[in-house]
Amino acid sequence: GFLHFHGVVLLEILQGVTLGGDKEASETSNETNTVQGLIQRDDSSLEKEIGERRGNRRGDFALSDVFYFSKKGIESIVEDEVTQRFSSEELVSWNLLTRTNNNFHYISLRLTILWGVGVIVRYGILLPLRVSLAAIGLSWLVIGTTVVGFIPNCWLKDWLSELVHVMCYRICARGLSATIHYHNRENKPKKGGICVANHTSPIDVVILANDGGYAMVGQVHGGLMGVVQRAMVRACPHIWFERAEMKDRHLVTQRLRDHVNDKKKLPILIFPEGTCINNTSVMMFKKGSFEIGGTIYPVAIKYDPQFGDAFWNSAKYNMVSYLLRMMTSWAIVCNVWYLPPMTQKEGEDAVQFANRVKSAIAQQGGLVDLSWDGGLKRAKVKDTFKQEQQKKYSCMVVGDDSSE
Amino acid sequence: MGSRASSLLREEDIEEIKKETGFSHSQITRLYSRFHSLDKGENGALSREDFQRIPELAINPLGDRIINAFFPEGEDQVNFRGFMRTLAHFRPVEDNEKNKDPSAGEPLNSRNNKLLFAFRLYDLDRDDKISRDELLQVLRMMVGVNISDEQLGSIADRTIQEADTNGDMCISFSEFIKVLEKVDVEQKMSIRFLH
Repeated sequence: GFLHFHGVVLLEILQGVTLGGDKEASETSNETNTVQGLIQRDDSSLEKEIGERRGNRRGDFALSDVFYFSKKGIESIVEDEVTQRFSSEELVSWNLLTRTNNNFHYISLRLTILWGVGVIVRYGILLPLRVSLAAIGLSWLVIGTTVVGFIPNCWLKDWLSELVHVMCYRICARGLSATIHYHNRENKPKKGGICVANHTSPIDVVILANDGGYAMVGQVHGGLMGVVQRAMVRACPHIWFERAEMKDRHLVTQRLRDHVNDKKKLPILIFPEGTCINNTSVMMFKKGSFEIGGTIYPVAIKYDPQFGDAFWNSAKYNMVSYLLRMMTSWAIVCNVWYLPPMTQKEGEDAVQFANRVKSAIAQQGGLVDLSWDGGLKRAKVKDTFKQEQQKKYSCMVVGDDSSE
Repeated sequence: MGSRASSLLREEDIEEIKKETGFSHSQITRLYSRFHSLDKGENGALSREDFQRIPELAINPLGDRIINAFFPEGEDQVNFRGFMRTLAHFRPVEDNEKNKDPSAGEPLNSRNNKLLFAFRLYDLDRDDKISRDELLQVLRMMVGVNISDEQLGSIADRTIQEADTNGDMCISFSEFIKVLEKVDVEQKMSIRFLH
């Protein structure tokens, strides 16, 4: 209740103060507070552009063929679909956080004073409050799950375990001032199912687990994370893999399948993108999760960038500085949509199934549906894509039905 | 606090770039943001690796040639001015340039300069002629492994034959222009910049 009010008031203040000082930007934005593209792409295909010029000649090369490739190349240099997904979304009007201030230079004294006040409030008041809440939440998780672990396996244990988990996630969510709106809760993931969602940050887990229990899947960590992981497993089954085990795909799939087939176990939570994306798009879903079998419960998560940028840019920030940024934002506001369950259709392979689920999530969350691999954050793109383009072009040069 | 993209670009610089390239103030700041986000090393200049990090460019058959167009002879770094100068070639040609200054010389996005950009994609050694060998190399980049050497050779020969008017078995820039005189270069080599 209080948080909602706090959210609404903040929004009003931010809009009034910053839009007034930046009229030019507000004119070019539509309902959303995000910047529009820099160029207008005309999405012409290779076939259309080069095919046009051919007329009735079966196949040929012309010196002007380079025009198409150079135009596409320069377009991608100015603005491409992929690299922008690995850094935070730009906002049109400033939300008084320096971190989002890329294009705004010094605007006015009034704004700077407000920003100063904002800093004091965020670091002086909100941060200590949130850190203590998070600490309480985490310790409760460890203590609570350990205590529940002593109870013999029975319905009481399961019920208590879920209670402890959800409670602590709720406390953690308060620790981030997270306001979450759940939609279509009748589609909530059920036991023995697989929940897949788009991935923006480690906080996604807290956001989803606020509404119910999930079995987590992930790598075994050392240190504090390790302590938490071991405690959680005492209360109810989660799936933690050793680093070496993760390389063996069959092993991974088998363990997940065993868990899913046990209808008494909680639904597993998987992020098929494999890495954090900046919440403007959904990137390629790795097919592994879709080969397990079982019912998929897709979930779309969309954060409202006005209040705080939830995206974890792991190249720029480590976990601790990321959490610090989270706790000094105004708030985390997000929408969670539970989509109706999906199962693999006849004659559909894992990749097609994965793409179908991805499109459904993208559409619900208002995100761009991309086929590019999130792994491009760190890795180079495969040569096969270039070879595809070369092959297409060769067909046009030689003529589609050449006999030579 | 770390470097803020827009604060490193001074107003005088923006004005100069505006005059030289014809981009608007807001386009220049947006492109500076883009330049900055590509500049992973944060040293105010882009290297070839910075460009290759763009997946759509890496899979473009002529990706390397396009990247090369940004770098002056013998250099491995391109600063923001150079970046903008190259991008300016792709600005659409406006019918009435508001500041038509006769002493300013030909604008970077004139038909001629657009053709020169394309010419330079072929002219690998920058000697102002496209030799048979250079043409073959660029063709090979575009078709990959899908066409045989012989067939590619005959395509190159035919192209040079059609274009070459002075019999030196190479295509000079004026011969290049002649071959493409009926092509709508302005449309095919222009990108609509918003704002």
